[in-house]
Amino acid sequence: MKSIAGYRPPYPGTQPGHLHPAYVSSAKRAPTRPLVQIPYTLSEITGPSFDREFVSPAAYDLTRQHQGEPLGERIVVSGRVLDENSRPLANTLVEIWQANAAGRYRHEVDQHDAPLDPNFTGCGQAVTDGEGRYRFVTIRPGEYPWGNHYNAWRPAHIHFSLFGPAFATRLVTQMFFPGDPLLPFDPIFNCTADEKARHRLISIFDWETTVPTQALGYRFDIVLRGRDATPMEE
Amino acid sequence: MSLHATTSQTVGPYFKIGLQWLNQSPLGAGLAAGERVTIRGRVLDGDGAPVPDALLEIWQANRHGKYAHPEDWQDKPLDPGFAGFGRVPTDSAGCFQIETIKPGPVPGPNGSEQAPHLVISVFMRGLLKRLVTRMYFPGDAGNGNDPILKLVGEERRSTLIANPASGGHLEWNVILQGTHETVFFDLGL
Repeated sequence: MKSIAGYRPPYPGTQPGHLHPAYVSSAKRAPTRPLVQIPYTLSEITGPSFDREFVSPAAYDLTRQHQGEPLGERIVVSGRVLDENSRPLANTLVEIWQANAAGRYRHEVDQHDAPLDPNFTGCGQAVTDGEGRYRFVTIRPGEYPWGNHYNAWRPAHIHFSLFGPAFATRLVTQMFFPGDPLLPFDPIFNCTADEKARHRLISIFDWETTVPTQALGYRFDIVLRGRDATPMEE
Repeated sequence: MSLHATTSQTVGPYFKIGLQWLNQSPLGAGLAAGERVTIRGRVLDGDGAPVPDALLEIWQANRHGKYAHPEDWQDKPLDPGFAGFGRVPTDSAGCFQIETIKPGPVPGPNGSEQAPHLVISVFMRGLLKRLVTRMYFPGDAGNGNDPILKLVGEERRSTLIANPASGGHLEWNVILQGTHETVFFDLGL
């Protein structure tokens, strides 16, 4: 028999619930019955692997996917992916997507009256290196209106999707920008009770990764769930 | 030093542009060994309305019950034609289709054996964090002793087991709310 180390439960208040009434579309989509608690099994502590050969080496640069350069302010978004035990997570797939500089997504459902940019698709992929580092070159996304409530605007953000080492570590999140005046009014950003946890979603302006004459650097470190120190006895 | 896991946020309505490049059924190129199965279903919201913008991610073992992952300690063969991962969106009618092979049983807690199953994450606009569920296979002899199914009240267990459909495929729906609400698991997310 094999004992399995599970994953640490979230620190209270640092993860959203499913139902968050201020975010209107959660009302019909959040489960209403209590979730059923289950132990970690082999099915949850394993998960898909994607190595560095899996993504195109050019997929980190969202400004070079077309003939011309996209409009907007070029930025470098980089950081490290760690687990809760501060261990860097190498070979982790990071996927991002975002609106263009005018706040419009290249998606048929997005009808916001702002121009599409023929030189910007808005998606990229990278796999973390041996120290858990990733790096994207992109443009700063625009804010945009949405229908959640009267005069609702999403703060500028980049969507991030990460796998980590197991089914249990899968995470989808959003990165925000420092000083965005829309943050206090955004029900998605504010769905999490813990203020420090919310603020960890805000990237940090970073001189070290700022490229002279080229692009401002923003740093966004991401933490995926870590193993419990003590394996559960099965 | 210990850190706190980054807060989950919704995939929102536009995830297709970022995630569709990896859309695939677990069957992949079709080189996997095992009994092929097609699973069709719909994702329905609290009004019973189809959800046209949901995404299902599937993780499963191969036909021998072996996961393509370094932590699978079992002495069972890997299948070079089968990685076990799928990412499948719903269409405008809320329908999805998964092409795969039936996995073998895998070990469970306390020396038990888990019946063949897929573990599934569900993402969509309106969900601030993913939902986690499982799909089991109809008529499998192991279902009665499955340690996870046993944790689910008998009246709700059927939401986790697919039904054979007349077309030879399996039918399994994800129902987000209501009397027939799918069982979702608490993985401490």
